[in-house]
Amino acid sequence: MSADTDLTTGPLEYRSHEGRMNILGFWIFIGAEVALFSTLFATYAVMFGRTGDSPVPAELFELPMVLIMTFLLLTSSFTCGIAIHEMRRGSLKGLLTWLAITLVLGLGFLGFEIYEFVHYIHEGASLQSSAFWSGFFLLTGTHGLHVLLGISWATLLIVQLRQRGLTPVTSRKMFIVGLYWHFLDVIWIFIFTSVYLIGMVV
Amino acid sequence: MSSEHSEGFPKKHIVGFIASIVLTIVAAWAALSSGLPTPWIITAIMVLAVIQACIQLFMFMHMTETDSGGIQVGNMLQAFFVAAVVVAGSIWTMSFGYSHNHDGGGNDAEMENHEDMDH
Amino acid sequence: MENFINFLVDDFFVTGEPLIYGAMVSMALVSIAIVFVLTYFKKWGYLWREWLTTVDHKKIGIMYIIAAIAMLFRGGVDGLMMRIQLTLPGMEFLDSQHYNEVFTTHGTIMIIFMAMPFLIGLMNYIIPLQIGARDVAFPFLNAVSFWSFAFGALLFNISFVIGGSPDAGWTNYAPMAGENLNPGPSQNYYLMGLQVAGIGTLATGINFLVTILKMRAPGMKMMRLPIFTWSSLITSIIIVFAFPILTVALALMTVDRIFGSHFFTLTGEGMPMMWANLFWLWGHPEVYIVILPAFGIFSEVISTFARKQLFGYKAMVISMVIIAGLSFVVWVHHFFTMGSGAAVNSFFSVTTMLIAVPTGVKIFNWLGTMYKGRIRFDTPMLWSLAFIPCFVIGGVTGVMLAMAAADYQYHNTYFLVAHFHYVLIAGTVFGCFAGLTFWYPKMFGHKMNEKLGKISFWFFMIGFNVCFLPMYFLGFAGMPRRTYTIEPEWMPLSVTASVGAALMAIGFAVFVYNIYYSFRYSPRETQGDAWDGRALEWATTTPVPYYNFATVPKIEGPEAYWIMKSKGETTYDKEKVEPIHMPSDSGIPFIMMAFMFVGSFGLVWEWIWMAIAGLIGVLVCMFIRSFDYDDGFHVSVEEIKETEEKARGGEK
Repeated sequence: MSADTDLTTGPLEYRSHEGRMNILGFWIFIGAEVALFSTLFATYAVMFGRTGDSPVPAELFELPMVLIMTFLLLTSSFTCGIAIHEMRRGSLKGLLTWLAITLVLGLGFLGFEIYEFVHYIHEGASLQSSAFWSGFFLLTGTHGLHVLLGISWATLLIVQLRQRGLTPVTSRKMFIVGLYWHFLDVIWIFIFTSVYLIGMVV
Repeated sequence: MSSEHSEGFPKKHIVGFIASIVLTIVAAWAALSSGLPTPWIITAIMVLAVIQACIQLFMFMHMTETDSGGIQVGNMLQAFFVAAVVVAGSIWTMSFGYSHNHDGGGNDAEMENHEDMDH
Repeated sequence: MENFINFLVDDFFVTGEPLIYGAMVSMALVSIAIVFVLTYFKKWGYLWREWLTTVDHKKIGIMYIIAAIAMLFRGGVDGLMMRIQLTLPGMEFLDSQHYNEVFTTHGTIMIIFMAMPFLIGLMNYIIPLQIGARDVAFPFLNAVSFWSFAFGALLFNISFVIGGSPDAGWTNYAPMAGENLNPGPSQNYYLMGLQVAGIGTLATGINFLVTILKMRAPGMKMMRLPIFTWSSLITSIIIVFAFPILTVALALMTVDRIFGSHFFTLTGEGMPMMWANLFWLWGHPEVYIVILPAFGIFSEVISTFARKQLFGYKAMVISMVIIAGLSFVVWVHHFFTMGSGAAVNSFFSVTTMLIAVPTGVKIFNWLGTMYKGRIRFDTPMLWSLAFIPCFVIGGVTGVMLAMAAADYQYHNTYFLVAHFHYVLIAGTVFGCFAGLTFWYPKMFGHKMNEKLGKISFWFFMIGFNVCFLPMYFLGFAGMPRRTYTIEPEWMPLSVTASVGAALMAIGFAVFVYNIYYSFRYSPRETQGDAWDGRALEWATTTPVPYYNFATVPKIEGPEAYWIMKSKGETTYDKEKVEPIHMPSDSGIPFIMMAFMFVGSFGLVWEWIWMAIAGLIGVLVCMFIRSFDYDDGFHVSVEEIKETEEKARGGEK
């Protein structure tokens, strides 16, 4: 590890003290986000089964759509990793290409999520219908908002990367967006497991 | 450790990607087609989810890089500790002896005497 | 038009309360006076350039402290009003509704807008100086933190003249705080005010965590950190993991109230007690957020004025780490009476009692530090000495409350009120006063007057005990918390408590007068080391130059400055001066949080268009910031040399 303290070699994003502090700061922010989502998971779990007169989740959840959404997001996390890999090879073109693919996949995910929400509301399960569905919409909706924010943020970065190319600052920003995107995938894995799979089993 | 990233072929990412796809399918199968008892299913798929999260953290997010790697790992461990406390703690305190045993809650714990709450 | 005026009179402004009319008039007058003074002396530009746009941790720290003292005044007035109402049976000073509002704002303001910003202000000023850094890790974010706190506090504070104050207690329990029982904007003020301020607190936590971990001077190993820095590090960790919980809890209730979800409602199978669960999941760590930095301050003060190295430094650090861990697993003791099963209550009873162990260790550390020390009894030391016995009383009664079965008796009585005032005033408030008087010469270049300081200390300390000790007995006598009128048999002790409150008010007034008096008459500090200090902040000159350290010293052990003094080293080595990189000031934090204020105000009134407008403003500010590649500026070697030689009066 000690070789990594050197500021003159290694990936661009680690080549300044500020860059390293920003990345560490973002890691700590991700820790805070874990606490944030865990509270939403806790609320969802406590509200589980409190559906009142509205439909129960097993009636509405459909495996194929959830699997498609999961694969979209998993793949986007992978392509985002490749984008960072290209960035570290020094290839701006590779980075932009893979990043664009990532964003398209992210948009696809969002499209399915919106369709899913509209569908549920038609079936009589909305934010207002019962404690369970309030928990469901807040948890998945917060994740969806994060995805939307990630897409907008990455779009801004594409502009900046085109303006400035790969510098210690732009690569640091890009690396942080990458962390954010992977983290959203981590959260989705837990949503997939504890909301959809358990919702279909119990 | 950072030097390997300048190679052309992103081996780590591809292995991680394939692993996460496989784990997702296994989890879906375990949940819907394995026929295991429900508590087993829940335990199994939560373990699979944690493994997947670790794949993201270590193989995609480069959590251990630079001299801050130790701090970053410690930070995530603390985050998971807090998450476990928040989720498990909330379920525990809000169900045992308090739940009115709604349908589907899956709570077969002994009910406390609710007259306690009148104090 | 007529509708609009009716709206203003009936809903928007709070009408019909003489006290509130008085407050409105005085607020208007003060605002006019401020505008007049700024205009007359042509200080608008100065205010904008030097304060509103600053990213300097020292100025931000001072602004935090000023705001906190203003909030201490507001919260204190609320407290006095409650004491007046409760002095005699059948008082009609406040009606029940107004009383509910007053105890709600008193609690919320004291915890969220007084205790935390006061401590964060001290942390802001002192931490970078103690670790040998030139600013915090993220100066821009630091400004965002401050302005989010300031606008959050403003939002919360305007509630009592515009729309009505929240009245469901600082814990804001559902269903009392829900839409059905409490329609209108007042509860929303609580939710949005805390939400906006909470963003800033979270950012502060991240900022200080990275600062302390990554910006230490060469040689400043973790176990060489001054103890106040250690306590702030632990506090930051707790903030990072506790505040998101509050964010979510507030958001859930906001969505409940504004968008009709069913988390904490009685309908739709919501669970009102889930609010209590989430609130205290944050709320208990929050208690340690406001006490640990105070522990750090007392440790610094006691070691400096006992003229000894802190006794048991390692034990102190370990006990703080243990407290941080335990702080997340005790929250249910706030609602034992909810009626969870025996297993739940026993578990949380045991974890709660466990916290007494590391806390007790710390008490012995302080006593051990003073043992055989040559103690000087200056004002900061007096606050610290008073803290120990008072806090022990608060702590021991806390262990009584931790026994779940017994808690059914104490719960929601004045026994509890006495307990938490004993820990929060004796711990946090004494700590803030000790810290401010201790570091005052570093911040402002002169000490606070010792005589006035001692007068204010004795008034406040005696008043505090006279006010709150009787409350333990009132609790045993069955006086419930949050009652707005008392029974005749409680009168003697209630009168005593009110006398104590008056003494505390005098103490506070003398403290504030002391700030003015010292500004006028105290001798100016000519060198940086006002108290014969031991940690690195005393190595800087007074006033501290904006770059803090001309040359960053190499740290050779704990108590860095003590070692430097013995070797005759300073933070200015002529040979080693290099240009210093500093961040640029920015107006974006202020503007961004002003938009946040507008948007939150819109949500409070459920005017969605206004909320969206505010949100767009915030997003535009973030957008501008993202494209801002300003890399700061460099301070030239000549400027550094000139500043240092002037400040050091030709030494070296």
